[in-house]
Amino acid sequence: MGRYVARRLLQMIPVFLGSTLLVFCMMYALPGDPVRALAGEQTVDPAQIAALKKDLGLDLPLWHQYWNYLVNLFQGDFGTQIASGRPVAEIISEAFPITIRLALFAFTFVVVAGISIGIFAGLKADTLRDRGLLILTLLLISVPSFVLGLVAQSFFAHQLGWVDPNVSDAAPWGELILPATVLASLSLAYVARLTRTSVAENLRSDYMRTAVAKGLPKRRIIGVHLMRNSLIPVVTFLGTDLGALLGGAVVTEGIFNVKGVGYTVFGALKSREGSTVVGIVTLIVVIYLVASLLVDLLYAVLDPRIRYA
Amino acid sequence: MPEALTVKDEKATEPTAAAPAPEKAAKPRSLWSDAWHDLRRNPLFVASAVLIALLLTMAFFPGLFTSADPRYANLDYYLQKPKWGNVFDKDWLGYDVQGRSIYARVIYGARASIAVAVAVTAIVTLLGTVVGMLAGYFGGWIDTLLSRITDIFFGVPFILGAMVVLTSFEVRALYVVILALAFLGWTQIARVARGSVLTIKNADYVQAAKALGASTPRILLKHIVPNAIAPVIVVATIALGGYISAEATLSFLGIGLAEPTVSWGVDISSGQEQLRNQPSILMIPSFMVSVTVLAFIMLGDAVRNALDPKLR
Repeated sequence: MGRYVARRLLQMIPVFLGSTLLVFCMMYALPGDPVRALAGEQTVDPAQIAALKKDLGLDLPLWHQYWNYLVNLFQGDFGTQIASGRPVAEIISEAFPITIRLALFAFTFVVVAGISIGIFAGLKADTLRDRGLLILTLLLISVPSFVLGLVAQSFFAHQLGWVDPNVSDAAPWGELILPATVLASLSLAYVARLTRTSVAENLRSDYMRTAVAKGLPKRRIIGVHLMRNSLIPVVTFLGTDLGALLGGAVVTEGIFNVKGVGYTVFGALKSREGSTVVGIVTLIVVIYLVASLLVDLLYAVLDPRIRYA
Repeated sequence: MPEALTVKDEKATEPTAAAPAPEKAAKPRSLWSDAWHDLRRNPLFVASAVLIALLLTMAFFPGLFTSADPRYANLDYYLQKPKWGNVFDKDWLGYDVQGRSIYARVIYGARASIAVAVAVTAIVTLLGTVVGMLAGYFGGWIDTLLSRITDIFFGVPFILGAMVVLTSFEVRALYVVILALAFLGWTQIARVARGSVLTIKNADYVQAAKALGASTPRILLKHIVPNAIAPVIVVATIALGGYISAEATLSFLGIGLAEPTVSWGVDISSGQEQLRNQPSILMIPSFMVSVTVLAFIMLGDAVRNALDPKLR
């Protein structure tokens, strides 16, 4: 087990380096210039731009810039925003907790509601109840999340007046209910469908027949025999989904005006603040990598046939 | 005994009344003709196929559906409400801020949205299949290298990555949006293709082809691809719907396609300003996006069910 975790952690290093390099290249190698963006529409003396670029180290070749960035990163320095002069670490530490809260809220919702709906439908596969829930999840998947967000906002905030259309800067849990629900909707539908298929398939398996024949109580049959086996594909999905939720938060945060990571990235992209974008995407990649490691370890808990040497 | 848990017996005991006609039973059907046989009887497949055919007709021949010009603006019609009675007329769905017919825009918008999704799916499927097939078939260091590269691209969140690419370009032409979506989209297909190739690469027919001295390209193209492609096609079909949704999402964020291109995403993006006054401007193209996504998901589901013998 220990060796397996160590090996996986080592494998993460190239993926981590590769992802940061990828985002770094996308940010700096493609056209678009942060220094010019600083000037807006005005024309600026080319010499001045060149001098500013030299100051910021933007005149160096790309590999050198990347190297400098990495060296700073390992010293805990995420860089400084060009326009505001604020350290990126400070901006991230303000925005990240809000998005983490939003994503965890959504994630809990996905797990609880998604799995419950899936079991509920899967236990009676091909009945009216199952068909109805399947159609409902299909509709959730096909409506883009921003449409759902706008509809929910105009209905609950503007028509009913139950909630404020914009989440306040501190983003307390209560105000995140609506954004989290919207963010969760797509994954929730996927999890429900996945659980449903898995449950329906496992219901027909030999060990279920045996468990029923042995006369085990219903709660134990469903809770232990069925769930433990049916959740394996669901757990895989959930592991990769946490990263998707963090990424998808861009849209939800935009609609509900949540001052989280998505909001910050969006602003930084418009002003070509490379270090902010790279820093935030790097953190999301790290969270995704750690989540997928945890998922693989959870496998061994769910399926005792899998043993990591 | 709890009735919810009655374990269904397999179909073995059922009478074989549903067996196909005898002359067909004599000749074993291939996986694809078997799937086709199932699909034709699946109402879900028929419904989604008809819907997709209709959407494609809309994309190729928008003139069949309306005679109005989607770019013709007349401010006399500024934000005119839909006239639900005048079905298929140019004022059926009302007018937008610039006095352009929403019905005409929705019809003509199909082309750009569907073109983006189809092009992205084509690129992604080709690239993903090649990467996944090489990784799965050759194994060893090739697999390690390609799988790590796939992991790297997979780790970057899809919409966020597309946003980074898109904001770097000054022009928001069709090809830029296509490239931005394809850039990160291929990983899913690569993973599916790799897994699929792994399950068949030691099959007897592959061994036989090798023993007969077939060249590697021949084995890959004649034996591996046809037998491993089914899951890839299913995933690609479902992903196609996702790309329609992604194009709309990027346009909604103001970084996807832009005017004067007519697309559902562009209209959704301009419709959000009028959400409080006239929600139909946003809702109508959103509805089209949802229906298209739904059609492709249903098609993918139906094809998967037909191809997967486990679900029979």
